[in-house]
Amino acid sequence: MAQYNLNINGKNLQVDVDANTPMLWVLRDHLDMVGTKFGCGIAQCGACTIHLDGNAVRSCQLPISAVEDSKITTIEGLSEKGDHPVQQAWMEHDVPQCGYCQAGQIMTAAALLQQNPSPSDEEIENAMNGNICRCGTYLRIKAAVKTASQKL
Amino acid sequence: MNYPDNKLNRRSFLKVSALAGGGMILSFNWLAGCKPNSSEILDMPKEWFRLNGYIKIGENGLITIMSPNPEGGQNVKTSMPMIVAEELDAVWKNVRVEQAPLDTENFTRQFIGGSQAIRIGWNALRTAGATARQLLINAAADQWKVPASEISTDSGFLIHIQSGKRAHFGEMASLAATLPIPGNVELKKVDQFKIIGTSQKNVDIQKIITGKPLFGIDYKKEGTLIAMIIHPPSFGMKLKSFDASEASKMPGIRGVFEIKSLRDDYVRTFFDTVTFTDLIAVVGTSTWEVLNAKKAIQAEYEPISAYVEKRDRFGSEESRIVPAGQENTESQAEKMRVASLKPQELRRDGNPEEAFKKASKVIEKTYTGPFLAHNCMEPMNFFAHVQGDKVECAGPLQKPELTEQALSVRLGIPVENIHIEMTRLGGGYGRRSYAHWLIEAAVISQKLNAPIKLIYTREDDMTSGIYRSRYQATYRAALDENNQLIGIHINAGGLPENPIYPDRFPAGAVENYLAEGWEVPSNITTGSFRAPRSNFMAAAEQSFLDEVAEVAGKDPIEFRLELLEKAKKNPVGKNNDYDPARYAEVIKLAREKSDWATNKEGIAKGFSAYFCHNSYAAQVLELKMENGQPLIEKVVSAVDCGIVVNPDAAKNLCEGAVVDGIGTALFGELTFEEGKPSKSNFDQYRMIRMKEAPKIIETYFVDNQIDPTGLGEPAYPPVFAALANSLYQGTGQRFYEQPFFKQLEI
Repeated sequence: MAQYNLNINGKNLQVDVDANTPMLWVLRDHLDMVGTKFGCGIAQCGACTIHLDGNAVRSCQLPISAVEDSKITTIEGLSEKGDHPVQQAWMEHDVPQCGYCQAGQIMTAAALLQQNPSPSDEEIENAMNGNICRCGTYLRIKAAVKTASQKL
Repeated sequence: MNYPDNKLNRRSFLKVSALAGGGMILSFNWLAGCKPNSSEILDMPKEWFRLNGYIKIGENGLITIMSPNPEGGQNVKTSMPMIVAEELDAVWKNVRVEQAPLDTENFTRQFIGGSQAIRIGWNALRTAGATARQLLINAAADQWKVPASEISTDSGFLIHIQSGKRAHFGEMASLAATLPIPGNVELKKVDQFKIIGTSQKNVDIQKIITGKPLFGIDYKKEGTLIAMIIHPPSFGMKLKSFDASEASKMPGIRGVFEIKSLRDDYVRTFFDTVTFTDLIAVVGTSTWEVLNAKKAIQAEYEPISAYVEKRDRFGSEESRIVPAGQENTESQAEKMRVASLKPQELRRDGNPEEAFKKASKVIEKTYTGPFLAHNCMEPMNFFAHVQGDKVECAGPLQKPELTEQALSVRLGIPVENIHIEMTRLGGGYGRRSYAHWLIEAAVISQKLNAPIKLIYTREDDMTSGIYRSRYQATYRAALDENNQLIGIHINAGGLPENPIYPDRFPAGAVENYLAEGWEVPSNITTGSFRAPRSNFMAAAEQSFLDEVAEVAGKDPIEFRLELLEKAKKNPVGKNNDYDPARYAEVIKLAREKSDWATNKEGIAKGFSAYFCHNSYAAQVLELKMENGQPLIEKVVSAVDCGIVVNPDAAKNLCEGAVVDGIGTALFGELTFEEGKPSKSNFDQYRMIRMKEAPKIIETYFVDNQIDPTGLGEPAYPPVFAALANSLYQGTGQRFYEQPFFKQLEI
């Protein structure tokens, strides 16, 4: 066990955990931030996507010891009032069905638009291809990413 | 006027009381947070008045509607309250939705399954709304001293035109809650609907997109421990012994012990399916610590002996022999071949043998579908806290009432002492009907006398059973010299479940018809999978009819319409389970909307249609082949599910069915080696991703004002064959064996 200082959603937080603990479980178990979801544990489904210094990463494969001074953003901190352009677009298109994968989808989409504000269809598909939606809402996700890109 | 049978609701409404306080977490109408004119939306009231099991009204006119059924993405948590709100004559923006717990006194059929929530709930939901509306009218009549018949309602207001009196619902709610429940209440006519038929956003969307705790896996109470299980690696094996000496000493670990979920002599009900009842439980303070301890446990397993499993199949007891042995995919195929030679006759019309004897052409094709894992994105999980003779549970499940009964027997605690809170399901598709993990969670909690949350890893989830059965169907068609279809013979079966619906199309449309089925016992457990059995039979039947139409020299849509015309004019046999006129209508709608008659350069088209779960669906799929890869350009779905409650959400569900069906047809497969599932996570089990999804999906509904039927499943089965038939047009090859990617080499 070791003490770690983290910067999550603009706040400085401390946790005392094993160095190998993935950020997914630090968030969910130790910080009670359960918006980041467990899907596969092997970085194959994207449900656990968070931002590490603005880049979309799979938190299930990110040990806390590798975070160091990086700034972490989770779905809870993407916007203060749930009104990030990507979140608004998700509402407009009423994207979710079961909704479980959507936090990860939104975090991947927000990172994409941060780096590429006007992605082509192909660029959207490439960026979003690592996020599985078992309900099959891919078309609405794609449409929502485009809508968000127009509003940025 | 429409007066429904009110018997059901008399019973449901017995418990009428004025209750103060909301208690549970409310789902705020999303509009409240983001619409510019949000000042019009009412604030939380000081007091709630309960008018019946579904409805609470605040003194300020704000309305809470309970959603009775579990929500797993079908959007019933929005659409069911919409139906109540319609008959209450409420304004949707002032309605908040609350998920009801399992409550058999106030609600019936709190299930997810069979696409029946809206169909079966329709009258009860409407009557709940209409009865509360009448109570408010009666209260206003008392207060205003005018006849109730002179009072009307409009958008949350009570109005007496003669005197000019007007009050919002909240002003009459406290009095209404004390009045006797009215008997027969009047329901609206379809053309009076103001909410039903309008697109309303998912009531939980704001929580979903901001990461609020909604799902079972998010549930937590003070002091909750994390539990995981270890099950045998192979079907046909059971736990022999284990060494937890190292794991027990690891940080955060509170216990490693053996549990038994269901006892061996327990007579199982229909949804008590579970393979591995003897498990190792690992409990600790955090997930990561438990995951690490799991890896440190050394367990030994031994082969099972064949055993008799007793089941209570909805009232009648049956027993079946579960065979021993560790099965292989190849040896299963041979067993299925042998079983198919000795089928059981399920339906016979005319003289099929004679028809095949005198046929000019006989077409025979065999179709196969593998085991499938459900792969809900939220892995199986449940929270349980057993304290003495009281049980609190929370989590995602599809059949809470049946699971509660099983849990009651297992713990020896009466059902009235068991409380099950239903959280949002991160997908269900049938998998969460078999809630053995709830029982496992409760048994672990009882043993440790602590609140625990049981979580399956993805690997536990994918390898612990309850799969779609493995299926096979051989279709034969007899054509006469005029290319008329004079005989159909279906021989279908599965391991372990027979998929055939003998009374389904083309039964009723063919003079000589024979349907036969067979089953091969297995120790691999299976269960409902989105549109059970239909998901395979539609693929086989609709691929086969495409091929028969081609041999007969007919357009595939015309060919089906001719058959349906026959079934309508001179139906063959009895008990045909579909309405040929509605079936034909939905096919024609798909033909029109897809512009079927127009050929497009480089585009291959395939058609398919199916009836199941009381609804009709037809699809046209367009693809182009590029470097041997199918690129799916467009899918047009036409659906007849009667009245569509929430059109945009209904479209979403149909779009999802199309994507899910294409993914399953292309990639879905679980095989076995020595009883061991060959895949355990998404690096091995391929799921459809955004790149493989169609570029465009259009959905059209038949507008017929018929009472609504199911929608979660019906749009799913036909897409398998729509894909197979368009792949044939694009590649010149027929696709008989799922998953199709093997033949495509993609």
